[in-house]
Amino acid sequence: MIDKRMTIDEIVDQLSDGMTIGIGGWATRRKPMALVRAIARSNLKDLTLVAGYGGPDVGMLAASGKIRKLVFAFVTLDHYPLEPHFRAQRQAGAFEVLELDEGVFHWGLRAAAMKLPFLPTRVGIGTDIIRQAGFDFKMVKSPYADGEEFVAMPAIAPDVALIHAHRSDQRGNLLTLSPDPFFDELLVRASGKAFATVERIVPTAELNMRENNRFNLVERAMITGVAEVPHGAHPTSAAPDYHLDLKHIKAYVDSAATPDAWSEYKAKFIDVPHDAYVAAVGGAATIEAAPAAIY
Amino acid sequence: MTDTSYSLAELVIVACAEAFRDAGEVMVTGIGPLPRIGAGLAKLTFAPDIQTTDSESLYTSEPVPPGKRQAEPEFEGWASYDRVFSALWSGKRHALVGPVQIDRYGQANISVIGDHRKPKAAMLGARGFPGNSISHPNSFFLPSHNKRAFVESEVDFVCMAGYNPARYLNGKPPAGLDLRLIVTNLCVMDFGGPDHQIRVISLHPGVTFEDVQENTGFPLARIADDIPTTPAPTAEQLELIATRIDPNNVRAGVFKDNPAGNRKAA
Repeated sequence: MIDKRMTIDEIVDQLSDGMTIGIGGWATRRKPMALVRAIARSNLKDLTLVAGYGGPDVGMLAASGKIRKLVFAFVTLDHYPLEPHFRAQRQAGAFEVLELDEGVFHWGLRAAAMKLPFLPTRVGIGTDIIRQAGFDFKMVKSPYADGEEFVAMPAIAPDVALIHAHRSDQRGNLLTLSPDPFFDELLVRASGKAFATVERIVPTAELNMRENNRFNLVERAMITGVAEVPHGAHPTSAAPDYHLDLKHIKAYVDSAATPDAWSEYKAKFIDVPHDAYVAAVGGAATIEAAPAAIY
Repeated sequence: MTDTSYSLAELVIVACAEAFRDAGEVMVTGIGPLPRIGAGLAKLTFAPDIQTTDSESLYTSEPVPPGKRQAEPEFEGWASYDRVFSALWSGKRHALVGPVQIDRYGQANISVIGDHRKPKAAMLGARGFPGNSISHPNSFFLPSHNKRAFVESEVDFVCMAGYNPARYLNGKPPAGLDLRLIVTNLCVMDFGGPDHQIRVISLHPGVTFEDVQENTGFPLARIADDIPTTPAPTAEQLELIATRIDPNNVRAGVFKDNPAGNRKAA
């Protein structure tokens, strides 16, 4: 019987300096934050982070000095539109960037997922996206009668994808139960390996795939390993299991105020194992009691 | 009947709603409270076919008020992230967005101020601006009409394509490029001047063309020698806004001190 169960530390052991790491989720929703914190406290360095839809994952790894290059379309905390750690590090010129449109980002993942070098798109025409230092974009002409010129959006193929889902069995059959799966499926397909943290690992029968098959993110052959990490997306939301913790997001935002504030935040919430983190933010019951955020 | 006591925010909401008058059966996205309330007003009055969302992943039968919700809205469809791009790349969407900078070509920026490699101010990133701009109609709301927003040369990082021949492929504007209205705290403009020059089509009460021009980094066209005044909200519109679209009065917090819409009367 296939058994893909791992721990957070075993997943982080699979990562190495200079790797290209893709992170799933969307801004303040379903980010694999327990893994992000584990990377932040590791010795890993010079990472190329592929996080099209960035949130505290990007900010935390930026503040921890892990990023050599960032491939992104935005970084935001939604209720706090400007991510303060990302902002500070970006303004300091701490890492290179390849800035993309959020739609064309998924186009790059799709190209990689289909083993294509690029996909044609109109997105980027007329903008600085195709004129930035981060990548030498090429154009491609339609071979058909229309003869239209397109941007050749290159494949985005991370070495590793990190995502957070709700349920899995030990074989890596996942359920992503949230209202929107975003582009986690394409990220997994685009990447060489894919690791998922999940709220709970359950027997296959309990996944109830007859009813839940539409929430099955991707076939298990694409999943390298799964770690059971309850509340592993906190402080981002993993609805319906728990919602965005705006109180903790505020604490995280406040930690950007001074180097001391950041050291304090890091000591309390990052440089600790996941169980201690959950206790430090008030415990499981507190996390699960947070009301749904309003947009 | 026209109510004479309305706020600048309410005047802007009504002006934003106009962007969607002939939108048809498309997804609309109003970024920020006033564009969002404006889209809601359009939906409840002259543009009932437009589709609004809960700002997450579902289409709603009625506009969802910003802020605290009295009741769960009725949902009418799924607007997953994947589907949003399918819809917008097909052209069936109209967005009313809030750039930080815009230039004479309608090129818009929400990415950085200063050099892209080491910006003076890093903001959100390009988000969906590049794809939006060449796929479907776009309108704009800028709450502070000044030369920092309406810049003299090009915006610092062109996120949204505009009518800039220097960036055209083969001398033609991108096929889907369709910039519509610009609503500000001073006036309403469109791209109806010669060669898509930005043109003032109405002035908010008490504002002159010279006021607008002085606060804009490039020359503006005017729709007529005698520029019309931006239509005041009707009593019916004010009632709908207050009771159904923005019962939490989020609109009152958009402009400092929530000024009156009619600066002549104030």
